[in-house]
Amino acid sequence: MEPVVETQTVYIRPSSLTDTPTHYCPGCTHGVAHRLIAEVLDEMGVREQTIGVAPVGCSVFAYNYIDCDFVVAAHGRAPAMATGIKRVVPERIVFTYQGDGDLASIGMAEIMHAAGRGENITVIFLNNAIYGMTGGQMAPTSLPGQKTTSSPSGRDVEQMGFPLHMSEVLAKMEGASFVVRRSLHDPKNIRQAKKAIRTAFEAQVRGMGFSMVELLSTCPTNWGVTPVEALHWLEEHMVPVYPLEDFKVSPELAGLKF
Amino acid sequence: MARELLEGNFAMAEAAVRAGCEAYFGYPITPQTEVLEWMSQRMPELGRVFLQAESEVAAVNMVYGAACAGARVMSSSSSPGVSLMMEGLSYIAGTEVPCVLIDVVRGGPGLGNIAPSQGDYNQIVHGGGHGDYHPIVLAPASVQEAIDLTVLAFDLAEKYRAIAIVMADGSIGQMMEPAELPEMRPLRTTKPDWAVTGAEGRKPRLLSSIYIDPEQEEIANLRLVERWYQIAQNEIRYKEYFLDDAEMVIVGFGTAGRVALSAVRAARTEGIKVGLFRPISLNPFPFAQITELAKRAQSMLVVEMNTGQMLDDVRLAVENRIPVEFYGRPGGMVPYPDEILGEIQRMARQPVALGGDPRLRWLQRLKLAMN
Repeated sequence: MEPVVETQTVYIRPSSLTDTPTHYCPGCTHGVAHRLIAEVLDEMGVREQTIGVAPVGCSVFAYNYIDCDFVVAAHGRAPAMATGIKRVVPERIVFTYQGDGDLASIGMAEIMHAAGRGENITVIFLNNAIYGMTGGQMAPTSLPGQKTTSSPSGRDVEQMGFPLHMSEVLAKMEGASFVVRRSLHDPKNIRQAKKAIRTAFEAQVRGMGFSMVELLSTCPTNWGVTPVEALHWLEEHMVPVYPLEDFKVSPELAGLKF
Repeated sequence: MARELLEGNFAMAEAAVRAGCEAYFGYPITPQTEVLEWMSQRMPELGRVFLQAESEVAAVNMVYGAACAGARVMSSSSSPGVSLMMEGLSYIAGTEVPCVLIDVVRGGPGLGNIAPSQGDYNQIVHGGGHGDYHPIVLAPASVQEAIDLTVLAFDLAEKYRAIAIVMADGSIGQMMEPAELPEMRPLRTTKPDWAVTGAEGRKPRLLSSIYIDPEQEEIANLRLVERWYQIAQNEIRYKEYFLDDAEMVIVGFGTAGRVALSAVRAARTEGIKVGLFRPISLNPFPFAQITELAKRAQSMLVVEMNTGQMLDDVRLAVENRIPVEFYGRPGGMVPYPDEILGEIQRMARQPVALGGDPRLRWLQRLKLAMN
């Protein structure tokens, strides 16, 4: 008699994620973030209604992996470009995917005003405290004392200023419906990040205005550590500076169950 | 439609509405703010998109997004604001999506002033943004032409998936004169087959200006320049006045061309055989037509409201066949017809020798006249 083998699928590639190996460095969390977005698009069944806006930076090629319509914005301008798209096709879901240099430095005006207008878009904000694509320069979110190729002696706050806390700032905007910070350094936090991404997209579907999920992320290559060390460094050094909190959750979203 | 007394900025805005503009994104700047103000009322009442952006940088990127989503979209600004838009214009050009921009040019460089100028010729006609691309540039000399060229700009932008810019100056934007608006066109009911609107029942589309592989970027660059030659072949526009027997040809665009026409008429009453060639498409530039004129005429005078920017293109077309002189009033000054008439009379009296630097000669004459 043949043995009965019961199989249960516990892990498959979301259909909104293309079957393409990413170009990201080993240990980089962009791939995790991409997958979470793809899972949410699958669960909500909105892949064909969604338009992504890729940034300038390592994730400029996000369109190679997330299988929906895409445009690529100029550095920092993704919220403006997303605004232009959303205003002419308001029934579609529009999200931007931005890094910390893109969103918190060169694109500061665009993100602030998109939130201020309550623009009905979703922003996925990857904060890894460094410029990745250009090779590890200081970002507006680099930690005090953090060594980068443009702060070789460490970020001196007297000279180079303090880290910017974008979620805390943007949560103050009346136009924002959902602003939270999550992290991608372990499975528990990744699950919580996914739930937040889902909630942010749900906020947009409900026409509730600006939604953003900040995701603390790793950059082992430019931090000069191994992938595992990078996860520990994130947890030990970034989380204390960037607390994982809900900064703004509209009451209507608070009770959502998925 | 009946002729009405219309202000240039208002007329261009309403012409855009009637041409089927579906979305407008802009930022206040004198002397074009009336375009933004008119759109702020008109577009919402028609159920179309109006948004005052936080900056020209944001405005042009909103235009970029809306253009990618397949909307007939525009912005308007004035010189310093257009400088800020150059980043976005380069991306739009690189992505090959259509859009319309109205530049109501003012005095510069820098903050300059809010008076009429043609100082943006080089910024607009010769590119401005980074990389290899050519916007279509149309220069009106009256409110009526501003209306007609605004409508044309939408059609050309879509036909060639290019940027079409109406380059007016502050006086065209601000003055009122009788003109006729076109009938309201129905809005398009379909989106272009390249637009990014959600991949419903089809493969996902990407609109981007990135070609990370230089071989692919070269192909894209060659495609753009080939399309530009097609535009240059089809879309040259100009107007000729009294050129049939002209021995002297004035070349001027926009308001400078219009002022020069008064001077040409006055010179004709004195028996001077002078005519006016007024380029309407500054890009593509009517090089061949000016070359032909240089074969027939004995001299040429370029008149601009800047320090001689189109002058360089005219000299290129003339190929040193005949002497070229220049007369300009930069910085927000508008020449009087008498000033240009004086130049015509001088050239009729004392023929200019071939060669030399017409801009330097003009500078020396102008400084003498100012002292």
